[in-house]
Amino acid sequence: MMKSVRIRVFRYNPAHDASARYDEFEVEAERWTTVLDALLYIKAHKDHSIALRYSCRMASCGSCGMVINGIPRLACYTKIYELDSDVITCKPLTNFPIIRDLATDFSAFFAKHKSMKPYIINDAVDRVDGREFLQKPEEVEKYLQFSYCIKCGLCYAACPTVATDKRFPGPQALAQMYRYLIDSRDSATDERLGIVDDRHGVWRCHFAGSCSMVCPKGVDPALGIQLLRAYLLGIGRDNKIVAELYSKEPPK
Amino acid sequence: MMVRESSIMRIHYYTGLAAIILVAIHILFRLTVPEGYSASLEYENVIANYKNISYALVLELILITVAVHGFNGLRVILLELRQGDVWESTVKWLCIAGAVGIIAYGTRTIILASMV
Ligand code: HEM
Ligand code: SF4
Ligand code: FES
Repeated sequence: MMKSVRIRVFRYNPAHDASARYDEFEVEAERWTTVLDALLYIKAHKDHSIALRYSCRMASCGSCGMVINGIPRLACYTKIYELDSDVITCKPLTNFPIIRDLATDFSAFFAKHKSMKPYIINDAVDRVDGREFLQKPEEVEKYLQFSYCIKCGLCYAACPTVATDKRFPGPQALAQMYRYLIDSRDSATDERLGIVDDRHGVWRCHFAGSCSMVCPKGVDPALGIQLLRAYLLGIGRDNKIVAELYSKEPPK
Repeated sequence: MMVRESSIMRIHYYTGLAAIILVAIHILFRLTVPEGYSASLEYENVIANYKNISYALVLELILITVAVHGFNGLRVILLELRQGDVWESTVKWLCIAGAVGIIAYGTRTIILASMV
């Protein structure tokens, strides 16, 4: 069954426009039509000057985030039918500078992610003789959900602290910090804690929980932040045991 | 000297919790006056509180915990409101000065009242 919906697209070019406006387009939607499908249809047939970012169309690359009917969502992962509305308003992600229309600038977001050293740090790692760390399933459990993050920035857009504190790393970066902190292969515990135990760091989360509400990948960044905080307060330290490289014979 | 934010926030939570308990004790003591709550707020009864050393100590502790917690809470709010090195160090020192000032002034009041 086809449904006709009105798509309102935020239009703004900071280089030329004094203020933003909304352009409206009528689109026919099928049960499976996503907001991204509709926007690409508009771009192909009605107004190709609309700027938006996308790539995978399957909730994997994290590039099509935008505010759809008031909530940060992935355009490719949001079906028009599920919005249950005849009017669909697409705005750029909040808390990100606007490049043009729906395309936003992720530089600060990625820089904050990078400042968390999102990689395993362990001096014991010896690449030459090919030894490796063994991880038990319960050790993988501790960080697995956080490793599903696709850096889409929806949580960052939803966070009320990010909205007022531009030095706050945000839920994505802090959850990644916990992901590496609690990984038994990582031994840079003190260095990691030093990075987030800062006046604009992990303590500036007030547990609004909006980050976890909007995450399209089932990550619970608010949980990661609380666990990171608890770790700093000395709770759950026994959650982290740095693995040892096993030599030759795997343990029985 | 850099004080870790975790140490400050640990103090923030402890003083917040301590304030709840101490203020509860303070309110419950108003009910111990036989003539009732409003009588407990009369001049003689209030002054008598300050002459009881352990009760004066409770009042002093409320003063310290609420001042430390309150000014640190204010610091947190102001740090989130605006960022910048000058702003942040101004906020820090004003909040320290505020807490020290209030504690000093309140302690003076407690001592004076106990000597009436
Ligand atoms: C004087 C004004 C006060 C200010 C400006 C203030 C500010 C704050 C702020 C900003 C937080 C949140 C900290 C965070 O999440 O990072 C907080 C937490 C807390 N406050 Fe206060 N506070 C004040 C008075 C009080 C009083 C009088 C009590 C108790 C009687 C109290 C008890 C608590 C407790 C238990 C917490 C911990 C819970 C939490 O973190 O959300 N506060 N306060
Ligand atoms: S935690 Fe979720 S919402 Fe946040 S960037 Fe990662 S995938 Fe996106
Ligand atoms: S286009 Fe890749 S996540 Fe939507």
